[in-house]
Amino acid sequence: MSRESMEYDVVIIGGGPSGLATAIKLKQLDSNLNVCLLEKASEIGAHILSGNVFETRALDELLPNWRELNSPIKTKVTKEKFLFLGKTKSLSWPTWLLPAVQQNHKNYIISLANLCRWLAEQAEGLGVEIFPGFPASEILYNDDGSVKGVATQDMGIDKEGNKKDSFEPGIELLGKVTVFAEGCRGHLGKQLIQKFELNKGKDPQQYGIGFKEIWEIEDKNHEEGLVMHTAGWPLDNNTYGGSFMYHAENKQVFLGYVIGLDYKNPHLSPYDEFQRFKTHPAIKKIIEGGKRISYGARALIEGGFQSLPKMFMPGALLVGCDAGTLNMPKIKGSHTAMKSGMIAAETINEHLKENKDLSLYENKFKDSWLYKELFEARNVKPSFSWGLILGIIFTGIDQILFRGKLPFTLKHKHADHETLKPANQMPKIDYPKYDNLITFDKTSSVYLTGTNHADNQPVHLKLKDPDLPINYTLEKFDEPAQRYCPAGVYEVQKENDINKFVINSQNCIHCKTCDIKEPSQNITWVTPEGSGGPRYGNM
Amino acid sequence: MKILVAVKRVIDYNVQIRVKEDGTGVVTDNVKMSTNPPDDNAIEEAVKIKEAGKATEVVAITVGEEKAQETVRKALAVGADRGIHVKADGILEPLAVSKILQKIVEKEKPDLVFMGKQAIDDDCNQTGQMLSALLNWPQATFASKIDVKDKKLEVTREIDEGLETIEINVPAIVTCDLRLNEPRYASLPNIMKAKKKPIEEISASDLSIDTSPRVEQIKVEEPPKRKAGIKVANVAELVQKLKNEAKVI
Repeated sequence: MSRESMEYDVVIIGGGPSGLATAIKLKQLDSNLNVCLLEKASEIGAHILSGNVFETRALDELLPNWRELNSPIKTKVTKEKFLFLGKTKSLSWPTWLLPAVQQNHKNYIISLANLCRWLAEQAEGLGVEIFPGFPASEILYNDDGSVKGVATQDMGIDKEGNKKDSFEPGIELLGKVTVFAEGCRGHLGKQLIQKFELNKGKDPQQYGIGFKEIWEIEDKNHEEGLVMHTAGWPLDNNTYGGSFMYHAENKQVFLGYVIGLDYKNPHLSPYDEFQRFKTHPAIKKIIEGGKRISYGARALIEGGFQSLPKMFMPGALLVGCDAGTLNMPKIKGSHTAMKSGMIAAETINEHLKENKDLSLYENKFKDSWLYKELFEARNVKPSFSWGLILGIIFTGIDQILFRGKLPFTLKHKHADHETLKPANQMPKIDYPKYDNLITFDKTSSVYLTGTNHADNQPVHLKLKDPDLPINYTLEKFDEPAQRYCPAGVYEVQKENDINKFVINSQNCIHCKTCDIKEPSQNITWVTPEGSGGPRYGNM
Repeated sequence: MKILVAVKRVIDYNVQIRVKEDGTGVVTDNVKMSTNPPDDNAIEEAVKIKEAGKATEVVAITVGEEKAQETVRKALAVGADRGIHVKADGILEPLAVSKILQKIVEKEKPDLVFMGKQAIDDDCNQTGQMLSALLNWPQATFASKIDVKDKKLEVTREIDEGLETIEINVPAIVTCDLRLNEPRYASLPNIMKAKKKPIEEISASDLSIDTSPRVEQIKVEEPPKRKAGIKVANVAELVQKLKNEAKVI
């Protein structure tokens, strides 16, 4: 069956900071360009999750008058703390001893979801056509192999793949240039990286899983503008991770935890580490008596400079975390994502007007502050593969004494799916019971995400080998999907003494962790029907 | 035949509702909004009737704040021909909405008015009935099947005892049940086309209708938390506990 097609100058996939910055910059450079932007969530912002302490550098360049445009950037960082946590004690690290990249006094505590909604308004005001609820599910190619555009997901397909009465075929969106801005582990970006060998000669990409809860806390515990980070407990010296707690407006705190997906112990449950972390006296005293109002999780990309793929290919560009422009020591990816989008827009404009090759993107990138930032940050994340303590010592030398200018580059050695050790060689972890005041089970957490997928549609988490989870992964790794999934999608159930691998895909909050961490890369995340997934508010 | 369909913007049905701390209402900031689900069924049915050649025009109307217009735009994307947005801020009770709809009906002169059986935010289930009284038109509520016959409608209603089929004269009001049909998806080209369809904007105050609330809302609070259950070993223990502890038998 042939699909309808629509032609644009530029088609952008993804309504996060990178995609929206690309769209805005394109229209600023040439208001006559036809630009459309697809978003899989039911509205812009509904699939966005981030800390977020926002550096305005890219926005200052993109919309210098943002302060006059009623932007949701309001809470200036007023105070900073960094704590090392022991099991019950905490040690405050003086902020003047933090590397410059970790100082936030010029930054703002924001909701990235709300920033994206506002950026979308600016983009629409400039004439960008934004279509929420339409996941791009397929890449379209020209005969010469260049990217031609994308097709949106068919709607109204039942579990068995048959067309329902409400069937609505996908649409082909054809662009002179297509920009992929899907965020970390974009499912089309992943295909492009493979097909065009964009990661050739690069280190394997590194990921983390980030959790976030929003709490409304008691007045006496709230200190608007306070930014606090922790390292240490409950993680051991060999597991990379840490927490954030940002005191935002309206008595809210944004509380979160990030764990590197290169962890080794298959018994580790990132979700439970986060829940347990909240019981530390230094944290509990702040949120006690408050109310948890939101929950969410999302994978983030941490490989940085060494793992950054080539970001151009015939007919298309990768921007933001679809490529991996997050600055790990800064713990920030929004301003870098936006900058990469703005550079992409400049490249596309010159490509369309002056017929310059898209490889111009790389030159522009190398001349920008974005490149300098990522280059100077490059050695921090890999140094933590030596453990927390050596990592911190090295980072101090690298970032404070040499400001990222050491004459060598450390390598990322393994992809995250290769790092798990067999279950019988690693200690089991006994996580405490949830108390329903500070800590909660996954079911009640997922409930807060407002996640829904229309029922009677195909499962959007595909197994390459359906028998592998039970026949191999359960035996060898105690099926870690049960634990690394932050939404309880994967379960091993016993039926008449026979183990069964169950995928509750309707719970999926689109974090992509399974696609990354599954030891045999047996799980592939594909787009579900449009609008499916979480409905995050001010995440 | 012309069909007027009323749609309302409500908090999306997937969102977990939170009560404001001061008890003055529920939190709507940073919350995903969408069209009241049975209103989608009302639009779908009107469009189907038009596609079957039994109606000539489908007009979608909403009453509410600036952003309520999104619901009209969505109705246009699934087949309504044009839209009306009556702008009004603050709390709008069913009586105010039905009085506004009455004015619009007098102006637009539709043969049928469709709407959802109730809105999922206040669950009032009154607007259709009130409009019917104000216009002195027949009404068919909770419709799960509509057959358009010359100047008459045969409507199947979902009632407690089962299904009731009634016949009413046109012009009429029909409030729609979720079982009436399966609303279609808005396709991308149709969303594009909908952006070009006209939406007439009218201010509620220009209709000289007093929309101020007649009901004083004293307090909004969360339902009490359900207590954890217990497991009993046998029927005897269950009966004993129901008798002595729960004191219900």
